[in-house]
Amino acid sequence: MIVAIVAVITFVLIHLAPGDPFSAVTDNPNVSETVRATLRAQYGLDRPLPEQFLRYAGALARGELGWSFSYERPVNEVLATALPNTLLLMGVALVGSFALGILIALIQVARRDSFTDHALSGISLFFFSMPDFWLAILTLLAFTYWLPIFPVGGAVDPVIHEYLSWGGRVLDRLQHLALPALTLTLLASATVARFQRAALLDVLPSDYIRTARLKGLTERQILRRHALRNALLPIISLIGLSFPALLTGAFFIEKVFAWPGMGFAVVSAIGTRDYPLVVGGVIIGSIMVALGSLLADLLYAWADPRLRGH
Amino acid sequence: MRGQTRGSVATKIEQPLESPLGLAVRGILRKPSSRVAVFVLGVIILVGLLAPLIAPYDPAAQPDIVALKSLPPSLAHPFGTDPYSRDVLSRVIYGARLSLAIGVLATVVSLTFGVVYGAIAGYAGGIVDAAMMRVLDAFLSIPRLLLLLGVLVAWPRLSVPALVVFLGLTGWFGLSRIVRGQVLALKHAEFVTAALALGASRRRILVRHLLPNLVSPIVVAATLGVAHVIVLEAGLSYLGIGVPQPLASWGNIIQDGSDQVATLWWMSLFPGLFMVLTVMTLNVLGEAIRDVYERR
Repeated sequence: MIVAIVAVITFVLIHLAPGDPFSAVTDNPNVSETVRATLRAQYGLDRPLPEQFLRYAGALARGELGWSFSYERPVNEVLATALPNTLLLMGVALVGSFALGILIALIQVARRDSFTDHALSGISLFFFSMPDFWLAILTLLAFTYWLPIFPVGGAVDPVIHEYLSWGGRVLDRLQHLALPALTLTLLASATVARFQRAALLDVLPSDYIRTARLKGLTERQILRRHALRNALLPIISLIGLSFPALLTGAFFIEKVFAWPGMGFAVVSAIGTRDYPLVVGGVIIGSIMVALGSLLADLLYAWADPRLRGH
Repeated sequence: MRGQTRGSVATKIEQPLESPLGLAVRGILRKPSSRVAVFVLGVIILVGLLAPLIAPYDPAAQPDIVALKSLPPSLAHPFGTDPYSRDVLSRVIYGARLSLAIGVLATVVSLTFGVVYGAIAGYAGGIVDAAMMRVLDAFLSIPRLLLLLGVLVAWPRLSVPALVVFLGLTGWFGLSRIVRGQVLALKHAEFVTAALALGASRRRILVRHLLPNLVSPIVVAATLGVAHVIVLEAGLSYLGIGVPQPLASWGNIIQDGSDQVATLWWMSLFPGLFMVLTVMTLNVLGEAIRDVYERR
């Protein structure tokens, strides 16, 4: 359904738009009319629109996303090479941001309405309000130029990586991953902290919390054992909801740090007007987000004892 | 809600119901954090409105592309100059104007769509509603940025009004679902039945009786929506498919300096700070308004 809608929208819009998918080639005055006609015929652009759409839809149904003009390879291949890097970045940030976000929320709720609480709220609002690419630029500035402790970009060192030992290669990768992952983690954890603080404050007035308090448990025990456990269910739904933000965040961060993932490929393709690659990236990205939220739904049903067995 | 006034007619007459907007304003002014936010946002809006009076230079002028290019912050150019020798402070000031305007206008577009679509779906009910909601689900499942990428890459060098329309068209799905839920819930409220009995038309019921009850979610969505659009526009401009040159928007200025982040740090730092400040205040206000309505 999603794939269908994205496909229809992009197809319609691209054909409404002035010029054609590779006007960069065809607008060049040095390219003769015959070459243009051959190119059009080669890519099927000379056929009537409905036929073009059916061919396009048929290819999509077979899982083919088309030909990337700028990489001169099938879009599938380009995205398949890039996808693991994006998944790695998103995965690290997902784990990191939930750990950090929940920790911050716990500290805040343990000292609610104190200075610490308000200060942390302010900080998470600051990160929450930040455009992804701006924080990425700032971290890049801070940790590669002003305080040069991390490499500037890419996933591995282009010169020495091949000559490193096995352990050295892992270290090299980790060094390159650190800043993009840190940026995405910081951005995502702001959302988690804000959400989780509210969720914890929501369960605190419950009866079982009062019972726990009456049993003489310390505030810390109550928070950790009773409140957090019950506030974990909303976290699972938040995981599902956070995929769009993680993915779009990854797109920008990959561009800033030249991290060779899907976002970097798609964003570079914007510059070269490589439509099939952009559209392919949009379709795959949407599918990833949909799968992510489906997974979160399943996890939720499994984790909630009230829903288990239904 | 207006529908539930049974049994307290006397008290109602003594205390006329405050309008939702009045309630929001009073609630905002009570909290110190949102008072600060109102002040900061007010200043930024004023800067945007008065841009031609405040800006020290013409934001598009390239006075001396050799001698004045890429200068770090100084007294003459507090935010430095860009690689085209343009004054970054002036561009940030004009950027406030453009970025805020785009945010507000795009939000107007999405509010219109969201309210109309949601109200129709909720009021029609049945198959129409179900079909409209499935379409909405599909749109909602595509991240907004990806949707915009797919659309904008087809139209290189889009004009600002067209950009506003696209930003607006991709931002109404969430609100429309809220509106539909409210309309569905209120459709059978007694005051609607009463209006029907008095012979009111469908349009009159929607506009006069149901819409006023939707003011609170709309105000909240509008405030947070403007913040969201500002960030999105900046992101698109940063990717080079947003606001076209030589116009200045916050994202655009950062993009101009993005080739040489390290040497031109002032070009990303200052516009970004303004943007974060604006978005923060909008988020604070949006949440304050939501709190006011929820507490009621």
